[in-house]
Amino acid sequence: MSKQIQVSGLDAYYGSHKAIEDVSMTIEPRSITAFIGPSGCGKSTFLRTLNRMHEVIPGARVEGKVLLDGEDLYAPTIEPVSVRRMIGMVFQRPNPFPTMSIYENVAAGLRLNRGRISRSELDGIVEESLKGANLWNEVKDRLNKPGAGLSGGQQQRLCIARAIAVQPEVLLMDEPCSALDPISTLAIEDLMAKLKDKYTIVIVTHNMQQAARVSDRTAFFNLAAQGQPGKVIEMDETSRMFTNPTQKATEDYITGRFG
Amino acid sequence: MTTIQHISTGRRIKDRVVQGLVYLAFALAVVPLISVLWLVISNGLERFDLEFLTHSMNGIGARDAHGGAYHAIIGTLEQVLLASLISVPIGLLTAIYLVEYGNGGRLSRSISFFVDVMTGVPSVVAGLFVFAFWILFLGFQFSGWAGALALSILMMPTVVRSAEEMLRLVPGDLREASYALGVPKWRTIVKVVLPTAFTGIVTGVMLAVARVAGETAPLLMTVFFTNSINNDPFNGPQMGLPLFVFDQAARPNDTAIDRAWTGALTLILIVMLLNLVARLIAWWRSPARGR
Repeated sequence: MSKQIQVSGLDAYYGSHKAIEDVSMTIEPRSITAFIGPSGCGKSTFLRTLNRMHEVIPGARVEGKVLLDGEDLYAPTIEPVSVRRMIGMVFQRPNPFPTMSIYENVAAGLRLNRGRISRSELDGIVEESLKGANLWNEVKDRLNKPGAGLSGGQQQRLCIARAIAVQPEVLLMDEPCSALDPISTLAIEDLMAKLKDKYTIVIVTHNMQQAARVSDRTAFFNLAAQGQPGKVIEMDETSRMFTNPTQKATEDYITGRFG
Repeated sequence: MTTIQHISTGRRIKDRVVQGLVYLAFALAVVPLISVLWLVISNGLERFDLEFLTHSMNGIGARDAHGGAYHAIIGTLEQVLLASLISVPIGLLTAIYLVEYGNGGRLSRSISFFVDVMTGVPSVVAGLFVFAFWILFLGFQFSGWAGALALSILMMPTVVRSAEEMLRLVPGDLREASYALGVPKWRTIVKVVLPTAFTGIVTGVMLAVARVAGETAPLLMTVFFTNSINNDPFNGPQMGLPLFVFDQAARPNDTAIDRAWTGALTLILIVMLLNLVARLIAWWRSPARGR
């Protein structure tokens, strides 16, 4: 498991508006890559192009190449649904399915995709995924209670469990901690550190400390002016990005002089 | 500099006056409702007995005291059920198209427009249409099915509108969460969107049922009249509770008038009962119950 992503010359549009321009980068397997940058610079948009979620929005389209271990995800013969099965996603706001219990939430991906699956196998995967998301001990006695009844931080970990239950190669996280308190944030950061042994993780964050704490590599996105497309200004090892950035804009952003 | 002020007398009076007006408006709205219920219950209770619920009007003269609305109850239940079987699937699928697939294109806008137009179609026109098309043009006889066709025309726009609103209330987050798990769009709709909106859709369908259960005009031209029991909605004239009330109330005898009141009471009770059943189903399926 865990695959490398290579992006080259990627543009993303909303209708006629170009949201990001000419992004190229390599995302290494079994590591955490963080995207930082001011609001509206296209980090989330770029993240969503990686598992073909961008095109779900009416009028949105993508040009360029995204290679997952050499295979182009935007080749005309590729089925977008199968891409999303391989590249999971966790959203900014926790969004467990309100009609389902904790158990059913974790099992949702498997049940909805594979259809028939034996109860014992499913039990095993649900337990494994909840343990993987550091949530098992908190919910093992109430698996049949609604997922929406958990606290915000628990809901987010439930969403992570749901995402890893389908055993993806890559895990995309779009500001997963921005709606959470510091303790829940810490729980999720610990979890990310643990998950990176098995998955390629990409995280969008507005929290510079978080990027510095958890990520191995960091990409800084910025846009020239409002209405202009966002671009990658700089990408490097996180330690080098935060101590010795080559670009002036990166340094200004990291030190809090703008953004 | 601003200071903390006490509430002035003027504001206090205004508050009181508006509060009074709101209570008055509420009372005015409730008066007709209570008086209708009171009239129907007090007048209808007299004949509300086992005979009324189990016998038809077959062989009962206008001046006779006995007889019942069994044939009308059967007719109404069958016609409303058939009308729901036609209009709920079509209405629900239309709503799904409008919300999930239409994207505000030309087709979805024109469907929306025609649904609005259909909402405004008077019930008698729906009856006339089925009469002219199904009975005169295609040559079928009067039947409960023809009545159900007319009622389904009236139900459909209500079902579409309410289901559409409920589907739009389902957060886009949930759809994206499902897509991100690699679930195809149609399965997302069936397994995530519809269950989430289920309670609201059931309520909307029940409102539509309540609306058509009391329709008289379209039945006059499609179901016709009968005094005897006809269990088969596809053959021969049937009866319906609204028709029963209409028929009995038009007669000059007290015995018939009493039957009309009881018929009205029965209709109200049936609609209430259906509503209760729908609530129970919705409650049983609701996520908040904790299972």
